[in-house]
Amino acid sequence: MPKHETPLMDELEKGPWPSFVSDLKRQAEKNPQCWDIVGQMELSFKDRMTHWKHGGIVGVFGYGGGIVGRYSDVPQQFPGVAHFHTVRLNQPSSKFYRTDILRKLCDLWERRGSGMTNFHGSTGDLILLGTRTEELEPLFYELTHDLEWDLGGSGSNLRTPACCIGKARCEWSCYDTQATCYGMTMKYQDEIHRPAFPYKFKFKFSGCANDCVAAIARSDLSAIGTWRDNIRINQDEVKKYITGDNVANGGGIPGKGEKFDIQKEVIDLCPTGCMWMEGDTLKIDDAECTRCMHCLNVMPKALRPGVDQGASIMMGAKAPILDGAQLGTLIVPFIKMDPDNEFEELVDVIEKCWDYWMEHGKNRERLGETIQRVGLPTFLRVMELEPIPQHVKEPRSNPYVFWREEEVEGGWQRDVKEFRAKHAQ
Amino acid sequence: MGYDPQNPMKDRITDIGPPHYEKMFPQVIKDNYGKWLYHEIVKPGVLKHVSETGAECYTVRVGSARLLSLEFIREVCDVADKHCDGVVRWTTRNNIEFMVDAESKVQPLLDDLAGRGNKFPVGGTGACVSNVVHTQGWLHCHTPATDASGVVKAVMDELFDHFTNMDLPAKCKVALACCLNMCGAVHCSDIAILGVHRKPPMVDHDAITGLCELPLAVASCPLGAIKPATVKDSSGKEIKSVKVNADRCMFCGNCYTMCPAMPLADPEGSGIAILVGGKVSNTRSGPTFSKLVIPFLPNTPPRWPETVAAVKNILETWAANARKYERVGEWAERIGWEKFFEITEIPFTDKSIDDYRLAYDTWRTTTQFKFTSHIK
Ligand code: HEM
Ligand code: HEM
Ligand code: HEM
Ligand code: SF4
Ligand code: SF4
Ligand code: SF4
Ligand code: SF4
Repeated sequence: MPKHETPLMDELEKGPWPSFVSDLKRQAEKNPQCWDIVGQMELSFKDRMTHWKHGGIVGVFGYGGGIVGRYSDVPQQFPGVAHFHTVRLNQPSSKFYRTDILRKLCDLWERRGSGMTNFHGSTGDLILLGTRTEELEPLFYELTHDLEWDLGGSGSNLRTPACCIGKARCEWSCYDTQATCYGMTMKYQDEIHRPAFPYKFKFKFSGCANDCVAAIARSDLSAIGTWRDNIRINQDEVKKYITGDNVANGGGIPGKGEKFDIQKEVIDLCPTGCMWMEGDTLKIDDAECTRCMHCLNVMPKALRPGVDQGASIMMGAKAPILDGAQLGTLIVPFIKMDPDNEFEELVDVIEKCWDYWMEHGKNRERLGETIQRVGLPTFLRVMELEPIPQHVKEPRSNPYVFWREEEVEGGWQRDVKEFRAKHAQ
Repeated sequence: MGYDPQNPMKDRITDIGPPHYEKMFPQVIKDNYGKWLYHEIVKPGVLKHVSETGAECYTVRVGSARLLSLEFIREVCDVADKHCDGVVRWTTRNNIEFMVDAESKVQPLLDDLAGRGNKFPVGGTGACVSNVVHTQGWLHCHTPATDASGVVKAVMDELFDHFTNMDLPAKCKVALACCLNMCGAVHCSDIAILGVHRKPPMVDHDAITGLCELPLAVASCPLGAIKPATVKDSSGKEIKSVKVNADRCMFCGNCYTMCPAMPLADPEGSGIAILVGGKVSNTRSGPTFSKLVIPFLPNTPPRWPETVAAVKNILETWAANARKYERVGEWAERIGWEKFFEITEIPFTDKSIDDYRLAYDTWRTTTQFKFTSHIK
């Protein structure tokens, strides 16, 4: 039975898109707290303001993250949500679930929490939404013992890594995104659970430049799959696209139903102009290709990534707070991502970066901001990387170079008296 | 055994990480890992992946509200048990994917989903509006300038046909974040809906002593708008507190995050800004940020008609004018932003001219421009 009058919320039960209000009400039959969620949201809709208070520190023993505290600012009216903490579970890489484990999780959360979830949080965690402080320890116990499942990150630590579906179901994945994501998650459990960084740090793994987990926009360190040899071309399949026997874009972009035109839709849109037809044979000047994925997306049956595959490492992406958003900056153009040597090359990059950032990063400074503050040349030196043109879009246009003393012949120590001896004042 | 409150550290298990992903795979994924050759989108919401072994995997993608109840998840499990050997998957954009290993199993699955009311809209593939990545809003956060789930529901009800069809020039990614923190990383979306405040924080002098460390509150402001001050609280007692230089404030809410005695949300002051033209993928052009085109729309629950209309206008104008493959930002850049404002009939205001740090990067420093209606 509904506990509150909620005419505004009820309005959102109409319409074709799935309604979270109907869903909340459905769960309320089992978890009556849900009536208070709907009730408090109704009040927010009326007041046009939130009714949640500042978090407060809650958690489980030994962990500095994984739980976000939350309290209602109208607890008398809505006692069911007086405490309403979030539990972040580390999702399995690329988010496949067996139903037996999901059902166990449902039973657990029905007893220990509100019965509501987010599948998933923006970082990737499976979010259990809303429970009381005294439930946290028992919940953690049952989670680790009965489901063999651990919490994700929150706070100034390594946030839960995430990856695209990769080799599990995508033909373009240039390295094993799941194995990398899981491998790094397990290797850095301590960094995920016990905040010791200046601020948050995110890893995201995309198998190709389509970047389905938006790694380049939001992770301090992203690995984006690429290759350094030639696009594999199947000329017979190219011909079938031209004749219309193959459907471009796998059928995903029908447009207005016009006939496929390889010149207009592929060759002219190649950003580097490195493709052309010789008769009915497609040619690519691979040395000029920047592996943007456009032609592969349009003709998936005909074109495949090369076989010498690896990843580009971008660093320092972040949302705008405070100095403005940053996209990931190319730091390592190509490394091999090899599960057999436990991703040695990647680990080396990660740890060099952390060593520096943990010592030199200021409190609440994301890696991207540290790099801006100290300058990319300094950061490249820290990473022991040769500066190359790939690190910039274009050379700088101001001449304000920070020369270092050891780079200047004779150093900086000079005798002004000697100068004066030749140059009268 | 179970948890023993007297002895919480007994048998404690920590740092075991998530369940291993391989345990979660269906057979066809396990067998064909890394062997996929190509894919097709058979119809909106239905993907077909073909392996070099000849195996096929059919995926039915459905939208979801992201805020999900356990009863709903159990229903998802029922569907997966019946059709998909007990495996289901979620995508990054909050869609649910049901996978089967033969074409003959697709239609029964689709029929089953269709028979469950409006809970499982099939779509979200190819040149569509995929599901809206979003944050918590009034459902669970203390800093929002707008709601999340409610706005998303209102927007998706209106754009529904673009989710279930592939009738756009390219894909269009819509995202929502309810404050400038942007937990959802909306800053690279084709259309971003962003909660913004417009009133500087109030200072609750009666509460500040107990709630905040004053130096942290002062340091929290990126623009140096907060200064220590000696003031009288409501009982007339002199206390140490802070004052805000309102002219310097950019309404980021960072102070409230550090100091709960400085609330800034307001029914009239807070609302929504619309940013467009961002992109994450590297296809053709590189990734780009979304740009602010509508600085403010009011919070009008339960259905936010102004925001819904603005999103729809941008989407439909782009769809009618862009070339095939052109994302919203690529289109706007080709025609020029002055044309964008003219065609969409969005009023251009000084709020779209950058005056924050590095602002100069976006000012026009060439004599090339188009004579649109803006030039009187
Ligand atoms: C200074 C910047 C930020 C602050 C102060 C901040 C603060 C918060 C707070 C208070 C919550 C809790 C909401 C709740 O009660 O459930 C939250 C949730 C979350 N934040 Fe942030 N956030 C920031 C930036 C980001 C960014 C840039 C991302 C991702 C790119 C992010 C990802 C998340 C995720 C995944 C959640 C879980 C809730 C959800 O998915 O909606 N945060 N953040
Ligand atoms: C750090 C950068 C620059 C420095 C230190 C600099 C310095 C100078 C100095 C000392 C003079 C006077 C020379 C004299 O006594 O006749 C001068 C003249 C001039 N500079 Fe620059 N300049 C700089 C950049 C530029 C740039 C970027 C431009 C143009 C795009 C420019 C255009 C001129 C012009 C047009 C004159 C006048 C020359 C003339 O009238 O004969 N300068 N600059
Ligand atoms: C033109 C650019 C893009 C193309 C051609 C493209 C293509 C694809 C394809 C073929 C799939 C299916 C993969 C599979 O599950 O088998 C896919 C999935 C997906 N894409 Fe993209 N993609 C593009 C850009 C993006 C971008 C920029 C994002 C994110 C901001 C994105 C997010 C996703 C998501 C969330 C999925 C679902 C799979 C997952 O969760 O890992 N895509 N994309
Ligand atoms: S990022 Fe590339 S490899 Fe990964 S799922 Fe997307 S298209 Fe496939
Ligand atoms: S991947 Fe991009 S740059 Fe390379 S050939 Fe194809 S369209 Fe051109
Ligand atoms: S975007 Fe802002 S208001 Fe929304 S969940 Fe994140 S911190 Fe809270
Ligand atoms: S809202 Fe932001 S800019 Fe305004 S006073 Fe607070 S911290 Fe400073």
